[in-house]
Amino acid sequence: MAILNCENLSFAYDGRTVLEDVNFSLNAGDYLCVVGENGSGKSTLIKGLLGLKAPRSGSITFGEGLKSTEIGYLPQQTQLQRDFPASVWEVVLSGCLNGLDRRLMYNKADRERARMNMERMGIEDIRDKSYQELSGGQQQRVLLARALCATKKLLLLDEPVTGLDPIATGEMYNLIKLVNLCDNITVIMVSHDIHEAVRYATRILHLGHRQLFCGSSAEYKESDLARRFLGGNRI
Amino acid sequence: MSEFLNMFSYHFMQRALVVGVLVSLCAALLGVSLVLKRYSMIGDGLSHVGFGALAIASAFNLAPLAVAVPVVVIAAVLLLRLSRSSKLNGDAAIAMISSSALAIGVITVSLTSGMNTEVSSYMFGSVLSLSRSDAVLSVILSVAVLALFILFYPRIFAVTFDETFSRATGTKTEVYNTLLAVLTAVTVVLGMRMMGALLISSLIIFPALSAMRVCKSFRGVVLCAALISVICFVAGVTVSYFLETPTGASVVVTDLIAYGVFSLLGTKK
Repeated sequence: MAILNCENLSFAYDGRTVLEDVNFSLNAGDYLCVVGENGSGKSTLIKGLLGLKAPRSGSITFGEGLKSTEIGYLPQQTQLQRDFPASVWEVVLSGCLNGLDRRLMYNKADRERARMNMERMGIEDIRDKSYQELSGGQQQRVLLARALCATKKLLLLDEPVTGLDPIATGEMYNLIKLVNLCDNITVIMVSHDIHEAVRYATRILHLGHRQLFCGSSAEYKESDLARRFLGGNRI
Repeated sequence: MSEFLNMFSYHFMQRALVVGVLVSLCAALLGVSLVLKRYSMIGDGLSHVGFGALAIASAFNLAPLAVAVPVVVIAAVLLLRLSRSSKLNGDAAIAMISSSALAIGVITVSLTSGMNTEVSSYMFGSVLSLSRSDAVLSVILSVAVLALFILFYPRIFAVTFDETFSRATGTKTEVYNTLLAVLTAVTVVLGMRMMGALLISSLIIFPALSAMRVCKSFRGVVLCAALISVICFVAGVTVSYFLETPTGASVVVTDLIAYGVFSLLGTKK
């Protein structure tokens, strides 16, 4: 059964349609990369999946008992956060927020979950460091650990490697792939970096105000669309 | 030393210290979130609205706190809406509301009792202004503010750090933003009698800014800000008692000195 199914999805701002005809479904364990130019509707689709923006028409259905509040979201960082006084531990633990339900404080299970995800991301040794003093790559790993605290099934990553140096970028891609393969967590990633996207993802969704392509990355590589998007170079 | 102890033998000083310490605590805790969320202007705007409300309350011989608390709470919710509205220029709207409230307050006072010491005590605060019933209400409300802040601490942190993430994972961020604004409103009104409408916002922003110079975790900043706030308040009140300087201004200057010290400590690190 599909973990996510989008049917005839469309979004509009102030009555102006920005994205339409989106039809795709994902199975558990898929790794989908959403590509497209700036303003092609990628961010809008993300907001829609997270339930932050209501679709104008169509439907988003989650399967396997997933709720829209149980998506591990890694947002694009804002300048505000980069110099926020918070320890790594505080940030990661805040990912358990959606599990609080009616409880006021985090319990032992939440803390264990946060600790485990820090270990997974290899950041347990910087637990008490300040978030603002970390390198860009470390900050992203902290945010990925937080996202993992919020989900067991689906990660949604918005431009996770923007601003990272090549080494940190590679590490980040490997970590994401590892989580995808070892923990069978479905991944949806928005990316500019089409070359890496095709390399790591199993499926590609190409948007340009509507759905231009959705299929396996192998098919995408052979498509005219990919060739045009890459400026004539074959991948 | 005996003179220092002597200070506490006056009932008005005891009241001022108890209420002041509690309000300083509230202001410091809320201040950390407000400063980080770039909401500092709201605290300043609220104090001016509070001045207007107090002036009108005294013109009609009503209990000052009973009028000012609800009025400022409503203003807080309104200001929060305005500051997030993309159509109106948020900070300009806040400045507009706060100066209008101040103007209405000044006119009300000058029409009724005339521009007298009372206006000056609203503007710049006075330890003498706290009546017994005010003090009791202040203690109850500030304990409530502290309790709510502590109970919702994990959520307040999450909403302050990353509102989008919190919203995406199903937290009703609007509720917590409103909670912050309402708690701030209550704190501003309580602190205003003593600190004065023009100086109360410094009680909110100074300790948070000082603490951020040195502490690097959210919990550290919150605890440090609380400590700075209380120490500066007690020191400021003591100075004002012995040098006969205005209370509010003395506390603000103490906070300023603390900020200087913490900035130095921060750059040394």
